[in-house]
Amino acid sequence: MPMKIGDVEFFGRVDKGLRNSFMRNAVVSAQERLKGAKLNAAEELGDWEEWRNLSEEIRQHTLENLDYYLEELTENVCKQGGHVFFAQTAEEANEYITRVSKEKKAKKIIKSKSMVTEEISMNDALEALGCEVIESDLGEYILQLDDHDPPSHIVAPALHKNKEQIRETFSEKKGYKKTSKPEELALFAREQLRADFLSADIGITGCNFAVAESGAISLVTNEGNARLSTSLPKTQITVMGMERIVPTWEELDILVSMLCRSAVGQKLTSYITGLIGPKDKGDVDGPEEFHLVILDNGRSNILGTEFQSALHCIRCAACINVCPIYRHIGGHSYGSIYPGPIGAVLSPLLGGYEDYKELPYASSLCAACTEACPVKIPLHDLLVKHRRNIVEEHGKGTFGEKLAMRGFSLAASSPKIFSMGSKSAPTVMSPFIKDGKVKKGPGPIKPWTDIRDFPEPSKQSFREWFKKRDKGGDQ
Amino acid sequence: MKNGAVHNKEQFLNQIAKSLGRERRTTPVARPQWKHQPQWNVLKNATEDELLDVLGTQCDRIHTRVETTTCLELNNMLTTVIEHFDAKSIVSWDDPRFKEYGINDYYENAGRAGVDVHIWDPSIGEKNIIISERADVGITFADITLAESGTVVLFSDNGKGRSVSLLPTNYIAIIPKSTIVPRMTQATHYIHKMEQENGNVPSCINFISGPSNSADIEMNLVVGVHGPITATYIVVTDR
Repeated sequence: MPMKIGDVEFFGRVDKGLRNSFMRNAVVSAQERLKGAKLNAAEELGDWEEWRNLSEEIRQHTLENLDYYLEELTENVCKQGGHVFFAQTAEEANEYITRVSKEKKAKKIIKSKSMVTEEISMNDALEALGCEVIESDLGEYILQLDDHDPPSHIVAPALHKNKEQIRETFSEKKGYKKTSKPEELALFAREQLRADFLSADIGITGCNFAVAESGAISLVTNEGNARLSTSLPKTQITVMGMERIVPTWEELDILVSMLCRSAVGQKLTSYITGLIGPKDKGDVDGPEEFHLVILDNGRSNILGTEFQSALHCIRCAACINVCPIYRHIGGHSYGSIYPGPIGAVLSPLLGGYEDYKELPYASSLCAACTEACPVKIPLHDLLVKHRRNIVEEHGKGTFGEKLAMRGFSLAASSPKIFSMGSKSAPTVMSPFIKDGKVKKGPGPIKPWTDIRDFPEPSKQSFREWFKKRDKGGDQ
Repeated sequence: MKNGAVHNKEQFLNQIAKSLGRERRTTPVARPQWKHQPQWNVLKNATEDELLDVLGTQCDRIHTRVETTTCLELNNMLTTVIEHFDAKSIVSWDDPRFKEYGINDYYENAGRAGVDVHIWDPSIGEKNIIISERADVGITFADITLAESGTVVLFSDNGKGRSVSLLPTNYIAIIPKSTIVPRMTQATHYIHKMEQENGNVPSCINFISGPSNSADIEMNLVVGVHGPITATYIVVTDR
């Protein structure tokens, strides 16, 4: 699956999202739960702002010196016998990964959850080679079985599915016979995947943070699938976005602590695993061969620009969990594997304004995202910068917006027209009014009234009321 | 060990430097003294007993059973805990501490009582993995223990296979009380020092906090997914 999901245009996707009432309820309850858990975790820590300041400082320093830390990481991976491939593009990354798979004559590849491998459509490349690629994260496994349904949240990818749908998918694709109880579904996935873990030729993972000083990669999970993917197969390939690195283990502490708390409200997830190259001499389990693929894919174009801080992101989804827009339209509406506020910032940077020009407008600029971000990315400011770029440099203001702005500037420039407009509103709208509400509005208010009522325009304008009112009191 | 291969590094890093608007960093970059360091304040002056209390409270929240015992009573405690699992097979690290704490005696007794006890043995290679996969219980020591998050830190080694804490249905960690520190900060500081002093660290370092779990189905917490379904910590208070 590439970064871009599907070909339906933005409003079509939003429309579909708004009409999916299960998804909308699921999103609301997930947001409430994750947001609450995060707030508790932050409160428990006491000096959350200090932690945020430290995290921001670490991310800034690391990104400013990224070439140095990547070089240090590379030296240390090689010293342990691991191989490092720098990929400028998704194609280069896939070309290398398929080459390694061919050399290993791999038939079965087991994967743990990784956004970056989604970004480069790695599975497609490997499947084209004839490899079976199996997602082992429970959420990803469900989506993969359900004919590659795209993820809708970066931490809880199958958020939009209910357990009955999951039961049906398991039953249809894998002959599952039990109930839709989550425990039974999870146990079934455990049994199915155990066999795959034991027989896979290659394990592929993403990377939460690399640790430059040791040539280590770290994986943050709850299910244990990343540990299985890196303990049993003979070859391990890890793909990392080039910005996902810390100088030493001491900074790993801070960012992992912030990631776990911000993503799910846990102090630490069940498994934080640090892996350093292939297994040591004399070890039994762990890979014999280790490959690290470091990916640019548009990231270096963000460095040195006003958007550099977007690369500080640690993929916790805290911004997604507080976003009022995401709450209503859901993850798929963003048309990118990176949804929510960070997705609205990142997707146009990585995928271009042509495909993602609407996303910076899918925000009320309420700044809840900026406040939630554990590494202090000024997300809503970055969205405003995008809007400015879209309008100023690319002339891509939407037609409706341009028309509305022109209309308003005309109306507002003449008191007569303005007053005529506000006076005529009740009359113009009268055919649409029922029980004091506009239920099926015309033109620009249609998208609004499709899903909720609009209040009837006041029969009296503010100016009229102001003129008529008694001095110093109500009318 | 033979060094690994590197591809396309120069071009890639040059591009980064160019984007940042400067020359490549070729001299070592000093890690700054961070202005904010709240991590060291967590449980700063807590005593060993207080840390043990914090560990216990946190473990309640992460579905992990905690038992405390003394070295003398350790084997009785193991009997009680393992009886509960109705275990037919146990897999254990090969670590000198098992002998030091007298746990080898427990293994011998269990073996005589018909339980299949396997001590990790690098000489039989992958058979260790097959045995672990079928085992009811996996037992390791904790190398460092984190009170705040209820975490045992495990360093891999020839006798300390990764599978023992991962593949069996039930996982037991033996925690010497003296290994308990406030939080991840102390553990990562230790690993950082290890790297600086020895120039390397073990190939796998695991921070394990309770049993595996997932909330991927309708945000319902399911305990026990790919890793162990239960986790039990036995704290040895006089070590």
